[in-house]
Amino acid sequence: MSGKASGYLDMELLRFTTAGSVDDGKSTLIGRLLYDSKAIFEDQMEAIEKASERSGHEEVNLALLTDGLRSEREQGITIDVAYRYFATPKRKFIIADTPGHIQYTRNMVTGASTANVALILVDARQGVLEQTLRHAYIASLLQIPHVIFCINKMDLVNYDQITFETIRKDIDAVASKLSVKDIRFVPISALNGDNVVDRSEKMDWYDGPTLMYLLENIHISSDINHDNFRFPVQYVIRPQSKEWPDYRGYGGRLASGAIKVGDEVTVLPSGFSSKVKSINLMDEQLEYAFAPQSVALTLEDDIDISRGDMLVKTNNGQPQVGQDVDVMLCWFNERKLIPRGKYVLRHTSAEARCMVKDIQFKMNINTLEKDLDDKDISMNDIAKVSLRVTKPLFFDSYNVNRITGSLILVDEGTNETVAAGMII
Amino acid sequence: MDKYRINHLKELEAESIYVIREVAAQFENPVMLFSGGKDSIVMFHLARKAFWPAKVPFALMHVDTGHNFPETIEYRDKLMEETGAKCIVEYVQDSIDSGKAVEEKGFNASRNKLQTVTLLDGLEKHKFDAAMGGGRRDEEKARAKERFFSHRDEFGQWDPKNQRPELWNIFNGKKHMGEHFRVFPISNWTEMDVWQYILMESIPLPSLYFTHEREVFNRDGVWMANEPCMTLKPNEKIEVKQVRCRTIGDVTCTGLTLSTANTLEDIIQEVASTRTTERGGRADDKRSESAMEDRKREGYF
Repeated sequence: MSGKASGYLDMELLRFTTAGSVDDGKSTLIGRLLYDSKAIFEDQMEAIEKASERSGHEEVNLALLTDGLRSEREQGITIDVAYRYFATPKRKFIIADTPGHIQYTRNMVTGASTANVALILVDARQGVLEQTLRHAYIASLLQIPHVIFCINKMDLVNYDQITFETIRKDIDAVASKLSVKDIRFVPISALNGDNVVDRSEKMDWYDGPTLMYLLENIHISSDINHDNFRFPVQYVIRPQSKEWPDYRGYGGRLASGAIKVGDEVTVLPSGFSSKVKSINLMDEQLEYAFAPQSVALTLEDDIDISRGDMLVKTNNGQPQVGQDVDVMLCWFNERKLIPRGKYVLRHTSAEARCMVKDIQFKMNINTLEKDLDDKDISMNDIAKVSLRVTKPLFFDSYNVNRITGSLILVDEGTNETVAAGMII
Repeated sequence: MDKYRINHLKELEAESIYVIREVAAQFENPVMLFSGGKDSIVMFHLARKAFWPAKVPFALMHVDTGHNFPETIEYRDKLMEETGAKCIVEYVQDSIDSGKAVEEKGFNASRNKLQTVTLLDGLEKHKFDAAMGGGRRDEEKARAKERFFSHRDEFGQWDPKNQRPELWNIFNGKKHMGEHFRVFPISNWTEMDVWQYILMESIPLPSLYFTHEREVFNRDGVWMANEPCMTLKPNEKIEVKQVRCRTIGDVTCTGLTLSTANTLEDIIQEVASTRTTERGGRADDKRSESAMEDRKREGYF
């Protein structure tokens, strides 16, 4: 293979989310990242130029790139999560671009659920706002491992170092109340490109990395939980063919940890143990597998295992097993949460019914204060609730495992996804 | 730890296999849409990986406009024979003959839009409750907001403003009688990812993707193939050029690229240096700014 064609074999995938409102320059920043990494094509650029002209903008409006639906273009706002893609020689990036207004908290939560990195924009002229706090809280609630605060519009404060340092201190004070592992600050001007891809000549007082350098180099391989093996069984593979009369494989994606041929595993809920006989990915025989790979496992013994069961390693940390879970719940639906209401619950590959036993408190996501009296949970609210499930779940706390610690609630009547929960 | 690192293609592969298995587990009668284009070829390859050594536990369905490149059909039939998969073919011509679809008129007539009628009829006829498609979010701006599991009402319509939130890797495929889902296992792949993956996995492709000599003519700046279903305008003349397809739709809406790319490596180099999107050659998207959104709302792929 020639150099350019084989270079991609070393590329990593990084998912990041951006939250922001109409005015803080988020669309400009994304446009800048796409444009500078050459992810915008000529025909797309032409289309935006035409559209900008039609809606009366003097300059090309890069925000039109991200507003995909007609109603969004008409109203000039982003309603839904939009996914964007670009790549540099080091990494492929997936951006979950979400609107920042309080009425779109559910979209922010959705975008944050799979992200390695959150970009939070702060307007240098305004400093820390309620919205900044809200975005930081959601990043912390969803356990995004890395948060980068982009102090934007530095060009409008004369690239002033003191302004930057003041905002940084204010955020640090807030961040101490949150649980974010890695926080970074970059002073930028998305409009002029300062410290986005290229280092700014106007901020020689800043000796940290540019935003693009951070995105390309921030260490993400340790974000995945490699400690305890969790394998929710997704699909039982039984060819029952002449060639494979007795093959019985368990298809699934490792939620965490690693497994190798010969390891002893325990099946939940039955409690039976066996050893891993083979790990397959089509005709590849793997010696070991690790999160987030999708594989098929076969075991030495014939045990009755079906979708919704979980394989764990006999000799390392076990998940919690129980029918009572406390969760931080984000409510998504126009129909309010019904206290003592029954919902369908989905957790890994398992499905059960559950009842909302108790609402402990509602979170004021603008002040980060708990409200113990308000039990009225409506769209975009975040609350701590207790659930009683009809059958035992095998789970970990969301703080240690984003896959085995997360669940959704589905309305039994409308089939809509009404809430997302993070197990405490 | 480097031992526990996978590259972006293996991570995308793992995600897509997960989605395909989830479809097989959550739905009673799913189907995979197959066009003979590179995206559906990659999607089918992933499906084979997901269930190996068992056969893919669902059928494939090809919506045939009747305006195919012969190479596509040849490739499709050979692939089905080699893998033992079953491919149902539904014909747009049948929808026209039964009066459910009306042929467009004029030089730019295309059966692209009519496919929706045939597709929805096919889903209903075979009682499919989920249809997997090779759509990618990077293709077009309306697709950027599409979910992996996309809910459709009893008319097959998409309501982009009322989509189900989709978090982590938990998919909600619950539905009422008569409704169905569209599922897009390769949502997060880009054109480049698809090509790199084809190279990494050595997946055979229809010969149309590689350079070949063909009779073509130029319409509004786009090179089109001279096939029996095309009618030339008086000012258009047939020339012979070295071309290849960057994307394969039916003959009436597939623009050809002047290219001498002969290998996957050549194609990757070409894609890396191209300055227009792959759908730039697709006449079906040029009709208006929200052409794709409108077709998707009605039930298009």
